Formats: sequence, structure tokens, C-alpha cells
Amino acid sequence: MSESHANAPQKVIFEVLRYIPGVDAKPRMQSYEVPAPKGLTVLDGLLWIKENLDPTLSWRSSCRMGVCGSCAMFINGLPRLACANQVAHLHSDKIIIKPLPNYAIIRDLVPDLEPFFAKHAAIKPFLIRKNIEELDNPTGEFFQSKEELVNYIQFAYCIKCGACLSACPTVATDDAYLGPQALAQAWRYIADARDEGAAEREEEIFSAHGAFRCHFAGACSEVCPKGVDPAFAIQLMKQFMFKKKLGGCKEQHGSELAPPVENWVPKKEYPKAPEHSL
Amino acid sequence: MTDEKNHLSNKLGIWGWLGGGRYGLERYAYTLHRLTGLGLLLYFILHIFVTGSRLGGPESWSASMAVYETGLFKIGEFLVFVAFIYHGLNGIRLGLTELGFLMGKPERPLFPYRSSVMRQRPVLIVIMVLAVILILAGGLDFFVLTSH
Ligand code: SF4
Ligand code: FES
Repeated sequence: MSESHANAPQKVIFEVLRYIPGVDAKPRMQSYEVPAPKGLTVLDGLLWIKENLDPTLSWRSSCRMGVCGSCAMFINGLPRLACANQVAHLHSDKIIIKPLPNYAIIRDLVPDLEPFFAKHAAIKPFLIRKNIEELDNPTGEFFQSKEELVNYIQFAYCIKCGACLSACPTVATDDAYLGPQALAQAWRYIADARDEGAAEREEEIFSAHGAFRCHFAGACSEVCPKGVDPAFAIQLMKQFMFKKKLGGCKEQHGSELAPPVENWVPKKEYPKAPEHSL
Repeated sequence: MTDEKNHLSNKLGIWGWLGGGRYGLERYAYTLHRLTGLGLLLYFILHIFVTGSRLGGPESWSASMAVYETGLFKIGEFLVFVAFIYHGLNGIRLGLTELGFLMGKPERPLFPYRSSVMRQRPVLIVIMVLAVILILAGGLDFFVLTSH
């Protein structure tokens, strides 16, 4: 008995912002006492509350492993993924959770991400080629070297969690600002050797609410859970645009089709794939 | 305040400049840069009015100058100097970063991630130290060496 008591997990207080439209006139904070065994993530704590204390508590989550990007919340003073942060690592016996700032609240911890996705769509987040025929009826793959991959791969890690726009002080006062996520994605494609769409994206990027609204507060890069470093992407894009305006950049030419792989012999050390079982 | 979709607004507004979270130095440098920028703009507008008093002849010029010799204006002038030093020095850093310097090269993201913001941070710190030294030297000149 005494042993089990000694092993009993510590308790932490989860203080969660609640807002139920039509019921609450304004948001309120509600406290829950949650047992915190080793390894408990903030998301685990919320699930425990929902199962044991209060089924009305709402938030978004899915993968529980920092991949889907749906569980970003404002946790103890920073926008973070609930599933990727352990309670023990927050070094506090009080976990204060609010919905991501700068997005309207749908209910409790659920932010309205629609304007965020609209901004993402506005910068045309796909490879743009002059030769549409090849895109519609592909005959091969566009060539890309390992070095060319490194130019953009870090920016392609974005999971669209929206944390960066919550941290950005420019977003706080300018609704129309494209924001770190969309701008970083614009650069992700422009920096891609296979893309030819810089000119097509220019209007959005150069608009009064585009890249030059960024004054490098750096908070987006600080909170990004995937190491995307959106602030870096935006500055690289500004550099590119400056060079382009000064005539220092050549016209963008997307890479050619890679020659088909011929006479390919699998390496000996790779085990053979199992036979089809169906 | 709810919008047309009946969602509650959660916009930080101007509060988002001042605080709103446990962020790093650069975000506060951003706020100070904007505030000093606005302060300098205000000063330039006032400056045009003050120098405009020249048009009223030497008497009106000396009369307005006598007003600006008073203690309060001296502090104001010093604040303009502080704003100028900070805005100028930090502006050099921002100019360099916005042209893509000081921040390294893109790399494969490997955990634990290190961002470009951390790579340029030493420059921010050097610039802050420089700003403090210049402001102290300026303060000495403003209030000690030139006061009679
Ligand atoms: S850039 Fe980072 S913080 Fe912003 S949406 Fe993508 S993963 Fe989230
Ligand atoms: S639940 Fe998918 S990222 Fe957290």
C-alpha cells in the first residue's frame, strides 16, 4: 500500500480556457487536477480530462506524434504542439492552455484556421511549369540534385499547425498579412530547382501585405515545431527579390526531365522484397 | 466580439507587439525598433515646425529656442538621441538579415533544430552592447559635460 502511494504520480493543475458559443458570453478559465505520470504529454492530460472529468472540453488533435499539425495551442506562454510537449518538460505544476492567439475561437481550444489555409492557397503551393502538357501527361521525372534538395527541404517540413502566425507580432496588427507560413511556402517552391513560378507568385509576395511586412521578429522560427525556420525563408526570398529587381537573377528555368534509369541492378546488401501475397 | 461565423475574436492587436508570450530577444528588438521609428517620425514633424519659426525672424527664433533650452526638452532631445542610436544600429542588423546575410545556409532539419535567428543572435548582442555604450557616452555629454 505504502509502496503504491510512493509511486502514485504527481498531480498537476491544467488551467484551460473554455468558451462555448451560445452558452458563455465570454471566455473563462477552468481548472482540472490531472495525475501526471512520467512521460505525460499535454495532449494526454487533455484526453484524461475528457475521459474522466469533463466530456465537454473541445480541441483538435489526431496523430499524437507531431505529424498532423492539428494540436497547436498556446501552452504556458508559447504556441506549441500539445502532443509534442511533455508536462514534465514545462517545469511547472500549473499548465495554462489557451487557443492559439490571432485566430478566432470556434469553441474552447479550437481555432478557426480557415483564413490561414486561404493564405497558404494564395501563394500557389505547387510546382508551376511553363510546359503544362508535361504536368498533365507526365513522361518522366524532373531532375533534382541532392544539393538542390537541401535548398528547400527544410521549408517543406511545414505541417500547417499555425503556431507561427500566433507568435508573429505583424500578424497581431495586420489581418491581411500573408504571415510566416504562407511566405515560407512561397519560398519553398521558388527555391525548388524544378519550379518556374516566381513571377506568378510575385504579385502576392510583393503586395502591401507580403514579404516586406516582415521585420524579422524571429518569433515564428522560435516556435516552429518542425524546424522550418519561416523567418529564414522570408529573408532568403527578400534577397532573391532584391537581386531579381536589380537584374542579378537569371530567368527561372525549371530543371529538365531526368533521363530514365537504365540497366539498374539492385545492390547486393539490400534484402529482396517479399513476394506478393495476394 | 464574435464575427459573422459566430467565432470569438482572439486577435492580440497592439498587445501582440509588446508581449503576448515568452519569446526571444529579437521579437522585443522588433517592437523597440517600431516604437523608436514612430518616435523619430514624430520628432521630424516637430523639428520642421520648430525650424519653421525662423520664418518669423530672429526674435521668434530666439524665443522658441529659449523654450527648448528648458529641462524637459533636454530630456526629450536625449530620448531622440537614444531612439536614433538604437534605430540606426538595429537597422544595420535588419538591413543585413533582410538581404539574407548573417543567417547561414538552408540545411536538412535535424532535431534539435537550430534556427537562423540563433545564428544571427551574436550580432544582435554586439549591437545592443554598442548601443548602450554610445547612449551612456551621449548621456555624459548631454547632462554632465555640457551642463553649466
Ligand atoms: S512553419 Fe512551422 S509553425 Fe508555421 S505552420 Fe508550418 S510547421 Fe507550423
Ligand atoms: S496531434 Fe498531430 S501534431 Fe499533435
